[in-house]
Amino acid sequence: MSETVITPHVSFHRGELWSAITRDRAAFAGGILVILLVFVALFAPWLAPHDPVRQDLARALLPPGGEYPLGTDEMGRCLLSRVLFGARISLAVGFFVGGLAAILGMFIGLVAGYYGGLLDEVLMRLTDIFMGLPNIVFVLAVVGVLGPGLKHTVLALVVMGWVPFARLVRGSVLSLKEREFVQAARALGFSHWRIMVRHILPHALGPVVVLATLHIPHAILAVAGLSFLGLGVQPPTPEWGAMLNAARSSMRTYPLQMVAPGLMVFLTVLAFNLVGNGLRDALDPRRRSRFTF
Amino acid sequence: MFTYLLRRICLLVFVLWGVSVLTFTLMYLLPGERARLVAIYRWGYDDLSAKELATLRREIGEDLPFPQQYAWWLGRVARGDLGYSFVTGRPVAAEILARVPATLELAVAAFFFAALTAVPLGIACARRPGSWWDNLLMTGSLIGVAMPNFWLGLLLILIFSLTLDLLPVAGSGGLAHLVLPAFTLGAGMAAVSTRLVRASLLEVLAQDYITMARTKGLGEGEVLWRHALRNALIPVFTVLGLQLNHLVGGTVIVENVFGRAGVGQLMVEAIASRDLPLLQGVVLFLAFCFAGVNLLVDISYTFLDPRIRYGGAKGNE
Repeated sequence: MSETVITPHVSFHRGELWSAITRDRAAFAGGILVILLVFVALFAPWLAPHDPVRQDLARALLPPGGEYPLGTDEMGRCLLSRVLFGARISLAVGFFVGGLAAILGMFIGLVAGYYGGLLDEVLMRLTDIFMGLPNIVFVLAVVGVLGPGLKHTVLALVVMGWVPFARLVRGSVLSLKEREFVQAARALGFSHWRIMVRHILPHALGPVVVLATLHIPHAILAVAGLSFLGLGVQPPTPEWGAMLNAARSSMRTYPLQMVAPGLMVFLTVLAFNLVGNGLRDALDPRRRSRFTF
Repeated sequence: MFTYLLRRICLLVFVLWGVSVLTFTLMYLLPGERARLVAIYRWGYDDLSAKELATLRREIGEDLPFPQQYAWWLGRVARGDLGYSFVTGRPVAAEILARVPATLELAVAAFFFAALTAVPLGIACARRPGSWWDNLLMTGSLIGVAMPNFWLGLLLILIFSLTLDLLPVAGSGGLAHLVLPAFTLGAGMAAVSTRLVRASLLEVLAQDYITMARTKGLGEGEVLWRHALRNALIPVFTVLGLQLNHLVGGTVIVENVFGRAGVGQLMVEAIASRDLPLLQGVVLFLAFCFAGVNLLVDISYTFLDPRIRYGGAKGNE
């Protein structure tokens, strides 16, 4: 979540990384959980017993059991189906925001660190400005101006998300570009683009992957939180945060309704955190032993 | 130290300027929208003729070029005039100030809860890594980090207010109203910080000067309290600064869950009612506080870390 805890450019061998991950039981469990969640998201239409948005007021707020394993919500919609379909939005947003922010930030950091000078100065001061605003305040400001909805939330998350990646990659590039192999590439007359992408970037990639993995739960939490406030995903679309928000109104009469969506957000965030922590430990030999953080 | 502080303050001014441009640009992106909202507020409808719209736009300065509009707006903000709320018609600054106590109370309570649990628990874990309490607390902190605060808040209301009937469900007021929100907001921070205190202390304890202190016969207690802890707490301090980000974000959600009339809740209300001047004001206000607290964190560094005091800026580069 924070850039300070990741040590830049530790190179690794693929086999070594794999064995480090499989030895780390927590990360392994997290990985399996992520795969399960992806499976649920992909096959939600086949796994769900009912249509997640079809209303049937005659069957509102049914207790769990029988035809509706988790019961129904205040509109008579099947809760299990909605929870399963909810995985689609959350995971899609997580991967999309995490991936796009990582790619954008990576290239901005690469260019800033490699060319230096005025360009670097301008880009880094820009990151200062973005970091001068608490994330959620910026996201809320964007949603407040453009209007509530998933599209605007995702836009705000991407516009804000590249910053830590850019700073991380720039830091790595600054030290990498002085190394012999980069000088050799330059002496061979390779183009700047080729040196940046083919020679420098691969060495800076490890920490970016870690940060991206930890950025995914961050984005998922942000979207769920905004939907909970009624500003993100709008009903009747099945989304966990929005479902929790709807569950609030019948909290006294039917509290069970808010267990499943919250649990799903929790498990999803936990799964990605475990994988991210595991990757970080695997990439950083200093932490690999007993200093598990 | 002086140059370091001067640099931080210059950066602060620059960041605030940047945030003001960013905030203003966001509002500027909606041409005609502001005039339409003003019209709804004044007359209750917005189907103005082209001529009326043009007059209104001139009146609120929306027809001026961007730099002029920005300068005009910044001049007013500098004098503490954040405009008037579309909904209540009261000055935005007054609306915000009325909500500050509830937020401040919550944030301070949560922060102290987090700090006062994280430091002792982190030390306990670091003294015996691998012990049963270390494993238990580290598992607990994993759960705490992944717990969405809106869900935690709802569960706490369900258990302590609705089922056990021990604490009030919502609203602001006395200490009883503060317990659940402060715990909800502080739990995640406590979880992150505990892990950090532990990791940081373990790292320091593995260093040569600690071995030296042990070799010369100092007791474990003295090694820990006099030699290790002071160095271990510097990175913790950094992260407490970073946690400010989560603190602000968490405040918005926790205030919503518990129906506290704070600044975060004001912001959500402003968005729901499309009250742009109010929204703009809250964003600026929060950015200002955020930058201010960050500066305070930086200043307190210079007291904690002599390396900064004597020149070698270790700040944010």
